[in-house]
Amino acid sequence: MSAPTTARGIAAEVRSGARRAVDVVEEHLVRIEAHEGDVHAFNLVLADAARAQAAAIDEAVAAGRPPGPLAGVPVALKDNLCTRGIPTTCSSRILEGWKPPYDATVVQRLAAAGAVFVGKTNLDEFAMGSSTENSAFGPTANPHDLSRVPGGSSGGSAAAVAAGFAPLALGSDTGGSIRQPAALCGVVGAKPTYGLVSRYGLVAFASSLDQIGPFALDVADAALLLDVLAGPDRRDSTCLAETAPSASARLGEGVDGLRIGVVRELADAEGLSAEVRGRLTEAADALSAAGAKVAEVSIPAAVYGLSAYYLIAPAEASSNLARYDGVRYGLRAGRAAGTGDDPADVSAMYTQTRSAGFGAEVKRRIMLGTYALSAGYYDAYYGKAQQVRTLMVRDFEAAYRDFDVLLAPTAPGTAFELGAKTADPLTMYLNDVCTIPSNLVGHPAMSVPFGGGSDGLPLGVQVLAPALGEAVMFQVAAALEACAPPVPVSPMRGGSR
Amino acid sequence: MTTGEARTDWETVIGLEVHCELRTQTKLFCACRNSFGEEPNTNICPVCLGLPGSLPVLNRTAVEYAMRIGTALHCRIQASQFHRKNYFYPDMPKDYQISQYDVPINADGWLDLPSGQRVGIVRAHLEEDTGKTTHMGGGGRIHDAAHSLVDYNRSGVPLVEIVSAPDMRSAEEARAYVDELRAILVATGASDGKMEEGSLRVDANVSVRRRGETAFGTRCEIKNMNSLRSLGRAIDYEAARQIALIEAGGAVTQETRHWDENAGRTGSMRSKEEAYDYRYFPEPDLVPVDPSPEWIAAVAAELPRLPAERRAALAAASGLPGDSEAVATVVRLGLDDLVEAAAASTATASVAVRRVANEVASDPEAAARLDRVAFARLVAMEAGGELTSAQARTVLKAIMDEGGDPAAVAAQLGFEAMDSGDLDRVVDEVIAGSPDEWARFCAGEEKLQGLFIGAIKKATEGKADLKAASTLLRARRGG
Repeated sequence: MSAPTTARGIAAEVRSGARRAVDVVEEHLVRIEAHEGDVHAFNLVLADAARAQAAAIDEAVAAGRPPGPLAGVPVALKDNLCTRGIPTTCSSRILEGWKPPYDATVVQRLAAAGAVFVGKTNLDEFAMGSSTENSAFGPTANPHDLSRVPGGSSGGSAAAVAAGFAPLALGSDTGGSIRQPAALCGVVGAKPTYGLVSRYGLVAFASSLDQIGPFALDVADAALLLDVLAGPDRRDSTCLAETAPSASARLGEGVDGLRIGVVRELADAEGLSAEVRGRLTEAADALSAAGAKVAEVSIPAAVYGLSAYYLIAPAEASSNLARYDGVRYGLRAGRAAGTGDDPADVSAMYTQTRSAGFGAEVKRRIMLGTYALSAGYYDAYYGKAQQVRTLMVRDFEAAYRDFDVLLAPTAPGTAFELGAKTADPLTMYLNDVCTIPSNLVGHPAMSVPFGGGSDGLPLGVQVLAPALGEAVMFQVAAALEACAPPVPVSPMRGGSR
Repeated sequence: MTTGEARTDWETVIGLEVHCELRTQTKLFCACRNSFGEEPNTNICPVCLGLPGSLPVLNRTAVEYAMRIGTALHCRIQASQFHRKNYFYPDMPKDYQISQYDVPINADGWLDLPSGQRVGIVRAHLEEDTGKTTHMGGGGRIHDAAHSLVDYNRSGVPLVEIVSAPDMRSAEEARAYVDELRAILVATGASDGKMEEGSLRVDANVSVRRRGETAFGTRCEIKNMNSLRSLGRAIDYEAARQIALIEAGGAVTQETRHWDENAGRTGSMRSKEEAYDYRYFPEPDLVPVDPSPEWIAAVAAELPRLPAERRAALAAASGLPGDSEAVATVVRLGLDDLVEAAAASTATASVAVRRVANEVASDPEAAARLDRVAFARLVAMEAGGELTSAQARTVLKAIMDEGGDPAAVAAQLGFEAMDSGDLDRVVDEVIAGSPDEWARFCAGEEKLQGLFIGAIKKATEGKADLKAASTLLRARRGG
């Protein structure tokens, strides 16, 4: 029997001195060394820094100092989280050479909790995408099948956990960027309530939607990680002042008597595979058998989610990404950068820098967002989308008067082939149809692996909860995990297909 | 070109936008020091540099200062929201400015000029300042510069933008408005009001119309006036330009124009077609600002007395007119406490205002250390006739420079008020010495009074009360 691979198990052994953190990190680095060439989960592997961090944990343990709840646990960080002195690229050429002078709040909290950072993971450029194919540094492969995508935009983080490169990873979720790759990679991924986790140091995509959240191999690990991340931060004005109950508070309590609603509009969403629908029904039946009261519920405004999202997110992005102009940091177009002639004036510098530095999808969204905010169009587009958001909050709040949590698919199907959807952005956008509503309303939601498809690839089911309902969400997720059909394990973690 | 003011058939319409830097310890959205004149790029951090991942956190003191300004300008203080104003410029680190748009913190107020004229205040909102760009080479503008240097120390410094209604009709009124506004801003403690350091910046919206018309003409926005003088010059130039254009059969184009102080003219910066589309939208990184009624009341209660009120109080105490230049000077320099300390009666108050406005005001450093009690005693001596005004000025100068008791100083200088019999005698001697001139003065040649007064002053070595002497001269003439 090999050593525990969950974060809980590792931390317990490191704390007790049964296992050294330096050995834990070495085991993971060996696995990274063996398979990273195939998977490309990382933009940067922090081998030496990780070894040093692990050694410091071991010293703390030896000296009798409390090493923290994540003592010696390897964690992978999405490469849109600022790390002091370490390149933070957002998988974009435009941030070439930039090293943040500060750590994101979540990075500080993880370090204080004893975590060991093994690397910065690949993503769709600026977190815009659903397959991690929009990376300036090449795509990440799905560890379950290297010809498939890992989902996105946090595909590198999901793949890192699925491949056993780290038991925990951080992602960011603006429209499903944690939950969809979690489903496609067979791991747990959660987007917390908006404001539960500080965004300070998360490079912004769409500020009113972005949230940082955990990836883990199981529900209890994800809860453990979220509890370390959550809490007020005076550097983020949108971070909630109140502290939510621990995500781990009700794990193992079962679902007896809980009221669970299956969201009709999401269960019937456009483009869902029959297998996904089947697994959702199975999940509902299993929870019902475990004692929950399960019924269908309608969220009428949910059908407008995708449209509203593709106005609000690009609008905010068009403004958030304006700062990448070549003036202060990152790429500046010109002969020195190898992007053609030196610009003639400041306007040319802006144009040449942004043309060379941004990929096609980022440019598409900047243009969409710029248009949506333009004089004369604001009310029809951005204003209308915000109204949809208000309606959607109303619908969800109404549903939560009758239900404790809601159930929905996570992604429309299992992982698709690399390149299958790159030619058609709209098909790609449909990947997020079931995850977007939670971002628009700011409520928590998570994906739990629930068996596999006929292709042997993992599938996920989504649990949605009201604002600050993390405890009950994880409670139901744990129950779902307990009654799930066997979940495929990637070959790198010892599984077989 | 004739100036706008000289043309009585035309009317100039002016509205002003004043940007006022708040004198908070730290910047609007970060903990960097808010300080002028330091080594470039030393007061900076990830937030005011707009580095990826950084987030703004609102400075409560800046909000309170904005509320003070709103209260002083009789505005409604309301729940407000920040918006992003999006445009590209190298001195703006995020390429958007966090400002307020449809719901400013202060709205719908007014300001009374010393003349009594009321100017409406449309809004006074909070926003962050940009960095400062210096264009090297070329004409000093971005388009022809060889390279540009940016100092981000100013980036994120809190500003309140005060937008007036188009209620002013001349350059003089515009200057009076800025002068009064500056006095109010300084009085509230929210700003140092220094135009030369750029902590007060004024843009003018100028249009013209034929007198009697009620609709506004097309306006131009004039930027880059660095003093009250250039504000006045720019408005006069611009009004004249617009009038000449219309009279020549042309039409004014709505645009932003740049005042060139050296050339004494405005030039086109960008037309309405080239105007930026700022794509305002609510700033998602900040929560709305909703001051509680208790906070608003506390700000109002702690607000110091404002210039208009202080001028009225001084005028009432001294019997001088409310728009008196002396009263205005005393209040502008914040020396009204000195006057009040000496104002035992209308007569002493009036003397005190004159002495402060004329002598004390010219030496701010000495004013600061002038002993209140000694000044009050001096004023009492002058008002009581123990010292002539010339003597009082000399004694005041001495105690401002050296300190000391005015009575002792006066005695030392040999100043003792002349007895009225002595003055009578000197007046008669002076009249006798210039019989021709006296005859002409009696025949109505008023300007000759100066000659006699001068002679009296000389004969008494400046000890005569010249007011009394002039009364005696007229009495001798018979009125």
